[in-house]
Amino acid sequence: MSSTRSGRRRRTARALWLFPVPALALHLFLFAYPVVQAVQYALTDWDGYSAAYDNVGLRNFAELATDDDTFANAAGNNLKLTLTVVLAQTALALLLALWLVRTTRASTLLRAVFFLPTVLSSVSVAFVWRFVYDPDGGLLNSALRAVGLDSLQSVYLGDPDTAVFWLALTQVWFHAGQMMVVFIAGLQAIPKELYEAAELDGAGRLTRFRYVTWPLVAPATGIVVAYTTVQSFKAFDLVLGLAGNPPGPALDILSTRVYTTFSNNQFGYAAAQSLVFMVLIALLTWVQRRAIGRATR
Amino acid sequence: MTRTARTLRPVALLAGAAVVLPLLVVVFGAFKTLPQLFDAPLAPPSSPTLDNYRRAVQEGGLGSAFANSAVVTAGAVTLTLVVASLAAFFCARVPGRAGWAVFGVLVAGLAVPAQAAIVPQYVLFDRLGLTDSLLGLVLVDTVTTLPTAVFVLGGFLRTVPEELYEAAELDGASPLRAFRSIALPLIRPALATTGIFLFVMDWNDLLHPLLFIRSQEHRTLPLALLDFQGEFLTQYPLLFAGVVIASAPVVVVYVLLQRHFVAGLTTGAVRG
Repeated sequence: MSSTRSGRRRRTARALWLFPVPALALHLFLFAYPVVQAVQYALTDWDGYSAAYDNVGLRNFAELATDDDTFANAAGNNLKLTLTVVLAQTALALLLALWLVRTTRASTLLRAVFFLPTVLSSVSVAFVWRFVYDPDGGLLNSALRAVGLDSLQSVYLGDPDTAVFWLALTQVWFHAGQMMVVFIAGLQAIPKELYEAAELDGAGRLTRFRYVTWPLVAPATGIVVAYTTVQSFKAFDLVLGLAGNPPGPALDILSTRVYTTFSNNQFGYAAAQSLVFMVLIALLTWVQRRAIGRATR
Repeated sequence: MTRTARTLRPVALLAGAAVVLPLLVVVFGAFKTLPQLFDAPLAPPSSPTLDNYRRAVQEGGLGSAFANSAVVTAGAVTLTLVVASLAAFFCARVPGRAGWAVFGVLVAGLAVPAQAAIVPQYVLFDRLGLTDSLLGLVLVDTVTTLPTAVFVLGGFLRTVPEELYEAAELDGASPLRAFRSIALPLIRPALATTGIFLFVMDWNDLLHPLLFIRSQEHRTLPLALLDFQGEFLTQYPLLFAGVVIASAPVVVVYVLLQRHFVAGLTTGAVRG
């Protein structure tokens, strides 16, 4: 029992080392270790339940790269989805933020309205939009008929050429409000003096947006673009809810493809797919970070 | 800025209508019959019926799914907040490399999408007898959201001056006591914000139940809803009743704790 200050401090420090143990144990054993194992599985042809399996080296990856039409199709759909959602959601969220950045009673209420879809579950959102898109009695086609634009009616998700676009629209409806909040925070951080100075110099509204708002809101734009990208790769629940399980080729994306492979008991192959999926997300995030870094410098 | 706002008003009002109308259709539709829904989707229910809810609970099994979701969410949110705040306390207080190393290991999980680990995770949980169990879901939800929780709570705990803990420990308080009496009260807003993020993530999680749960009695709400869709493909009023049941708790909490909600979902999501 040393009662010196340093002795007590040492005891304190020792006890402190117990604090991260539960988190580390859970994280390393139930998350990090499986991620490492995914690499091992990816080099086998294991089906998930047989005792015997072979090490096939990089054959899974070779097959993925050269001879897997469903994976290539899912990757293509995913890319289309990501591009559409990133462009549309970033633009819409910024417009909403510019409109609602000043705090009035009306804008507070409207912000709450735009944010509301974000709290719903993807499956719920998918059910809402199944009815919107229903070709027979759905909301969009009924509305078009009501205003006499019958010729514009469509089968939406049933049309393989445009299905991804409609999926993107649902995604934007789901999360634009969340990204609006990020932009509002970014806009509020811009010093008012800059606008006043620009106005004194006779800058018009577009000029002010181009030379004050746009460059200064860039960090928020970066966050929105990066987050939206990752989100569109993870649109798993939304696709299953909209297209059913498993989804058809028109709406199959990478996350649903990995899941379907896994469901077909191709564990080794699914592990290889999930690693490629992971590397793709990491690459995209990195490319974006660099691009945004350059744009904001 | 006012002029900008005025120009944007039509766009924004249109967007507002696009958000509200589908939701109104769903809430109204849950109290209608299918013909009533198709006849006038936007009209309030003329003769409201609770039949859809009754069938959703009886035939769709949404009652037990609701209970399972509540148990799993409460368990996972509590466990995550406890282990994450303990770990974040360590990272904020232990200076130099050790604190940052632990933080780095835990937060590295942010870069890994949940899908990357699912194949081996499933195998591991299956060997541990944790598939098709609510405890397994609590654990898998916990490790999935842990990196985000550590990241956000760690950021807040770093703002607490070390002198506060030292003063308490000079008075004979144990580190655990310093954690409980000083750190936790100071980061209460961060705990609320993180808790809400975890609540929404865990309540709405579909991926893990879909993989891990095989029996009807252990289904959570999103999974029961998905099965529901297979069964009642275009029985929209029934699907809508399911949506209302599954969304009610989240929406009620959102209305009550709006500010925390927006902060929680935005910081949590953008960091995670």
